[in-house]
Amino acid sequence: MENNNLREQILFTANADPKKCMKCGKCSGACPNYDEMEYHPHQFVSMVQNGDIEPLLKSESLYLCLTCMVCVERCPRNVQPARFIEAVRLAKIRQQGENRLTPQQIPAKIEEDTPQQLLVSAFRKYTK
Amino acid sequence: MQRIGVFVCWCGSNIAGTVDVKKVAETLGHEPGVVFSTDYQYMCSQSGQDLVKDSIRTYNLTGVVICSCSPRMHENTFRKAAASVGLNPYMVEIANIREQVSWIHKDMETATEKAIILGRAAIAKVHLNAPLIAGETPVTKRALVIGGGIAGIQTALDIAEAGFEVDIVEKSPTIGGKMAQIDKTFPTLDCAACILTPKMVEASQQENINIYAFSEVDEVKGFVGNFTVKIRRKARYVKEELCTGCGLCTEKCPQKKVPDEFNLGLSNRRAIYIPFAQAVPKVATIDPNYCTMLKTGKCGVCSKVCGVKAIDYTQKDEIVERKYGAIVVATGFEPIKVDKFEEFAYAQSPDVVTSLEYERLMNAAGPTGGTLLRPSDKTHPHTIVFVQCVGSRCDEKSEKGKPYCSKVCCMYTAKHAMLTREKYPDTEVYVFYIDVRTPGKNFDEFYRRAVEHYGVHYVKGMVGKVTPENGKLKVQASDLLDNRQLHIDADMVVLAAAIEPDKSARPLATMLTASMDTNDFFTEAHPKLRPVESPTAGVFLSGMCQGPKDIPETVSQASACAAKVIGLLVKDKLVGNPCVAHSDEMMCNGCSQCQNVCPYGAITYTEKEFRMPDRTTAVRRVAQVNPAVCQGCGACTVTCPSGAMDLFGFSNNQIMAEVDAICK
Repeated sequence: MENNNLREQILFTANADPKKCMKCGKCSGACPNYDEMEYHPHQFVSMVQNGDIEPLLKSESLYLCLTCMVCVERCPRNVQPARFIEAVRLAKIRQQGENRLTPQQIPAKIEEDTPQQLLVSAFRKYTK
Repeated sequence: MQRIGVFVCWCGSNIAGTVDVKKVAETLGHEPGVVFSTDYQYMCSQSGQDLVKDSIRTYNLTGVVICSCSPRMHENTFRKAAASVGLNPYMVEIANIREQVSWIHKDMETATEKAIILGRAAIAKVHLNAPLIAGETPVTKRALVIGGGIAGIQTALDIAEAGFEVDIVEKSPTIGGKMAQIDKTFPTLDCAACILTPKMVEASQQENINIYAFSEVDEVKGFVGNFTVKIRRKARYVKEELCTGCGLCTEKCPQKKVPDEFNLGLSNRRAIYIPFAQAVPKVATIDPNYCTMLKTGKCGVCSKVCGVKAIDYTQKDEIVERKYGAIVVATGFEPIKVDKFEEFAYAQSPDVVTSLEYERLMNAAGPTGGTLLRPSDKTHPHTIVFVQCVGSRCDEKSEKGKPYCSKVCCMYTAKHAMLTREKYPDTEVYVFYIDVRTPGKNFDEFYRRAVEHYGVHYVKGMVGKVTPENGKLKVQASDLLDNRQLHIDADMVVLAAAIEPDKSARPLATMLTASMDTNDFFTEAHPKLRPVESPTAGVFLSGMCQGPKDIPETVSQASACAAKVIGLLVKDKLVGNPCVAHSDEMMCNGCSQCQNVCPYGAITYTEKEFRMPDRTTAVRRVAQVNPAVCQGCGACTVTCPSGAMDLFGFSNNQIMAEVDAICK
């Protein structure tokens, strides 16, 4: 099954085990960008576990995660939800033509106080 | 040459289904020394045992090999059968052809071959068996109970009722334990003090019970039936036998700012104090960390006001040595420290409290006289958020929490939520839960009552962040069923902290050589069939020290524990295990390695005079085993570099003979 392969690939990239999750929802309780996101940290864990990955790939939530790691820090079971979000995001942008950010888009986004480091990390996060 | 009988059991089809039992009996019948060999459907049945007994008589057997299930199952059965017809029970050997053969193999040919090999090994061993006679030791008819909470009190009362003396050692100034701090008990909501304090009084008045309060166990020596324990009676600086508990000193003491541990620091006490009004023994205690007289020599107010001259600033710790036949561990629990969970802001705001603190805030005898006031500004809280599983059910590698469910939190949180709504209906109460676990009589009904009748908001989700802001606690949490994040402005947050074994348990386990699990709970001898005994003979377990449990379970276990203790103390003598280690003094080189590895402290060294081959005498240091303490584990025999240590019933020669028989 193609979906199964995708799931395996995401689990491999995430290098974390969704079965450890006890579904307490503390990750989503702690998430600072919860209201902006369509799918929330605990849903990423559960949907990857269930192989329900297509909706995640299509969702803007992939880019709304701030990667602040508070979900990783607060999780009582060390599930590391951010790793699943990251792995799904990578699965998406590693496909051909799926770079989230191109150098041409940069000038329009730059503001006076944009730190250079932000650009570097944005390229890391949103491109192959 | 032994005359050996071989008995092969079918165990119905358990063995015979996979092992050709006829062939095993036939083949083993040709082994040297075997004079009789047979098979039977159920060897452990009455007729099977009769077959063994009759054969011992008929063929004058000197040794018996039973090919059957694990020796853990029926070794004792067959030893008894042999003994009943005059054969020494230690001349019976079991070849385990069920757990080690039929249950784990599918192919009959190989299984049969393996059964024959194991039978041969057992025969080889029996050839070297010698009759053993178990020694007897007397039993000291007194029990020690360590810990004076509800578990310790109940165990002590039951043992005392049966007519045996019991000493309770309690480390704090009064017995009563955690239950004394609790307001009401679930699911009946009867007042904890009303059901506990009569038991405390009963314990103090029962003539067979002697309470050593404010005391700790310093040293334990000996073995089942014969423990010698040193108890440290810590200095109270008050003569216990004179103090009447009038409390005048505790009113006059000028040192007023000592955090009161009974109220978990929510109020202050004096430097001389009685923990609470119903304390047993009701005796004052001076806290040397705060007493001005003890620190600077300038005060003495308590001594001046004491009408019976009970104050003694020169009192020292006193060591009492007592003998016991049985020791009960009832060391209980404490809630974990929650300040490590910084997301809940426990260290930042006094209005974030643990459930035990909340218990004191609700208690009529607590710091607020039973009126619920939040600690920061003493106002009524109108929104309270309860957080479940704080530190429970964490990852095994977690540094902050525990991997187990603390078991009691779901129910006491339901109780807190219910009582709060009943007393203050204008208060909104939220409970954030992962699962609500209510297995117990009338427990789920109790929780449903909190939801349906009292209108407590149960939210499936978890609090992720608490931020103190402008006198409120901003709570951010997930609501998984509504798929939303909640933001609640709360007045108080109550954390259901995980419970952990009392800190005193670990050093005590070392003293008792009793085993513990990785969470420092005492391990039971068998998790299902011997739940109130430690694997260390003569040590028994009562209450939370063995695992999380509520009050009804604790009391049941405490009484079960007492029954086991009574069963031991009622015996005049204990029959020992003759399969113990012994040292060949001529071969012992005095290296002490056996003493170092012995987990039971059974080995000592003595200087002994020996006559040497050249007719001179020499003094040598040699190992000696106390057979009453030795449990026959064999650690010393494999450690001994000179081969001086050997085990009766499992000698080095016997084990080598078994190995040889298998490898033949």
